[in-house]
Formats: sequence, structure tokens, C-alpha cells
Amino acid sequence: MTERDYHDIPGTVVFDGEQSRLGYHLNMFCMSLMKADNRTAFKADERAYLERYPMTEAQRQAVLDRNWNRMIALGGNIYFTSKIAATDGLSFQQIAAIMSGVTQPEYAQMMLGGGRSVEGNRSRKGRQIG
Amino acid sequence: MARITAGVATSHVPAIGAALDNGKSGEDYWKPVFAGYEASKLWIAEQKPDVIILVYNDHASAFSLEVIPTFAIGCAERFNPADEGWGPRPVPVVEGHPELAWHMAESLILDEFDMTIVNQMDVDHGLTVPLSLLFGQPEAWPCRVIPLAVNVVQYPPPTGHRCYSLGKAIRRAVESFPKDLKVVVFGTGGMSHQLQGPRAGLINSAFDNAFLDQLVDDPVAQSKVPHLDYMREAGSEGIELVMWLVMRGALDDKVHVAHRFYHVPASNTAVGHLVLENAASTT
Repeated sequence: MTERDYHDIPGTVVFDGEQSRLGYHLNMFCMSLMKADNRTAFKADERAYLERYPMTEAQRQAVLDRNWNRMIALGGNIYFTSKIAATDGLSFQQIAAIMSGVTQPEYAQMMLGGGRSVEGNRSRKGRQIG
Repeated sequence: MARITAGVATSHVPAIGAALDNGKSGEDYWKPVFAGYEASKLWIAEQKPDVIILVYNDHASAFSLEVIPTFAIGCAERFNPADEGWGPRPVPVVEGHPELAWHMAESLILDEFDMTIVNQMDVDHGLTVPLSLLFGQPEAWPCRVIPLAVNVVQYPPPTGHRCYSLGKAIRRAVESFPKDLKVVVFGTGGMSHQLQGPRAGLINSAFDNAFLDQLVDDPVAQSKVPHLDYMREAGSEGIELVMWLVMRGALDDKVHVAHRFYHVPASNTAVGHLVLENAASTT
């Protein structure tokens, strides 16, 4: 993996060329869920539907498990993976809560309190810039 | 000739559109958000622009990963609201201005901005939520809209400096259009937010407010801020703020702040809003 300055940002995967290349088929599967017929086919047999796309087995499993962080790690982009969430009837805030490891009410409360602070969340190396 | 009189910057949070569409704008959670736009609704009703050039980003609605244009200009007669998975928003069809849009495309390309020309495109919340915030829920949008889509989903987006320079080229394009049109430029997206991963929910009010200050007072300095700073300080999706620099570049160096608003939260996002008038247009 090419070293990039933004790899230092904690809890964040920047959707760069490398991620896009890894995740192309995963994201194009997600894109297919824009059509109602495809959503129906996916819901009817998720495994069979996923086999139509030349994704890695790990990507398919992450989708089946609704492991949102794993999908992102394997090249998924949030604007694409959120289409799976929409198919499941989940809101952006619900999957944001799951990805950050808290319940939806806890997450909503954090947002009402001004959101997640950037203090302590700027840098993996612990450098505090700004 | 056509002229740019003002700029509007605003977040384009999809939940704001959903709140309005589902009749929730009067709820305690949403009331302060919509209240922050009341003055702007009156302002734009008085301004009566003929055309809005609306700088926004598509969120995997019209563009997937098959083709990823850095800058795309919508030259069609009309643009339908996109189905983003919940059915299209119940908002009017967006009427374009093909004559000005094509003039802009030609002018920008010869001015060395290699625009992608788009004749068929649905427009998602990135474009329709700002219209809803400024115009409410009319039967038809009161003016023409030229969509100008910027890629900020696939890293890297264009630099802040490139966006600011595009704004200047847009101004040259508009001012060389022979018909008498009043044009307002919208820059949308932001402010701080992160939608993915363990850092989801990040908000940085200090960064956002410093951005609002500097965008107004020293846009050249703001245009030099690198992507890393936006992503680190304002969250991975906070990088959308570079689109505000397109709007700012299209205005005078000195502007009058007619309105400023900031609120946290709208769902996952900090809401920021500016109405900027060219000094020469202020009466």
C-alpha cells in the first residue's frame, strides 16, 4: 500500500484510487440496488444475487454480515454501501452508529451534544494539529 | 450582458429534504434549521435571479464509478429529481438554461477548464435540498438552474485553488453572455461531517466557523488549504467544502455578508449557510 499523509487520520478510510480499484465490483453491486427489481431479487436470495458480481468472497461475506466497516475496508464507499442500508430500511444515522460502535440513541445524543469532538481524533500518531 | 450579483453557500444534508418532504419542519429538532433560512428566503424572493448556477456533488446517483467527471456542467432542458433508494423527492423538475450552459461550457473549455458536458442527468439531494431551503415547496422552481457537479466522492477532488479558479472562469463566462440575465451562484455541501467508520459523527465547529470567516475575508488563503486539513479537521465528507470556493471565486474580492447561519446538528452534519452580495450590486 502506498503511504499517504491521510492514512494518519484515525477511524477513517479515504476512498482513493487504491480503495476504488479494490472495491469497484462491490460498489457496482451496491449501485444496482438503485433499481426496485434488483432490490427485490437481492432480498429474495442475497447470496445468489452477490454471485452475479465478480467480488471477492470476503466482500460478499461482509455484505451478508452487514459488516459496514469491513465493507469500507475492502473498498466500499459509504455513498454506495448506504444503498444496502436503504434496501434494509436503515437510515444513514443508524449505520453511522453501528460503524462507530454505539447504539442509535447514543449516537443521536452525541450529535445533539455537538457531535464527536475532533480532540483526540486527529491523528493516529497522537500528533495534535491545530 | 449577464451578470453575477450574489452567492449563496449552504449544506445540502439529505435529512433536511426528508424533513421538509415528510412535514417535519415544524418539529423541535428541525425548527432551528429552517429558521436559519427564513431571512434568505425573503432575500432571494427579492433578488429574483433568472438563473442559478448550482455547484454541488452527486452522491452515487447520476454518476457511479463507471465515469467520474471532476467538473460536469448540465446543459439539458430539464433534470429530474433522482431516486436515491426511497423514490424521487416530491419536488419540481429542475428547468435548465441550455443556452447559457452551452455558452459556459464553450467559454470554460477555451479558458482551459476541461468540463464534462452532460445532456442527461438526474439530480439528487445535493442539488434539490439547497433549492428547497431557499424556495420552500413551490409548484415549480421560480428560476432556471444550471447544475455544476464536482467530484468529491472519489479522492482526490479538485484542489481548493482549482475550484476557486473555476469560479473566476465562470464569472468570465457569464459576463461574456450577451443576454441580460441576473445570475446567482450556489456553492453547496459540508460543513464538517464524517459518515463512515469509527470516527463517524465528527463535528468541528471551530474549523467550520474559521472557514466561514476566511471564505469571506481571505478566499485566496482559504483556496490554499490542502485536502488533508479538511479531512482531518472537518471529517472525510467535510472535503465537500471545496465546492464553496467555486461560488466564492465567482464573486468580487470584497463581498457583503447579507446573512450567516450555523447550526449543529442536522442528522450527522453541521449546517452552514452564507448569503454574499457583490459590493457593486448592494444598494
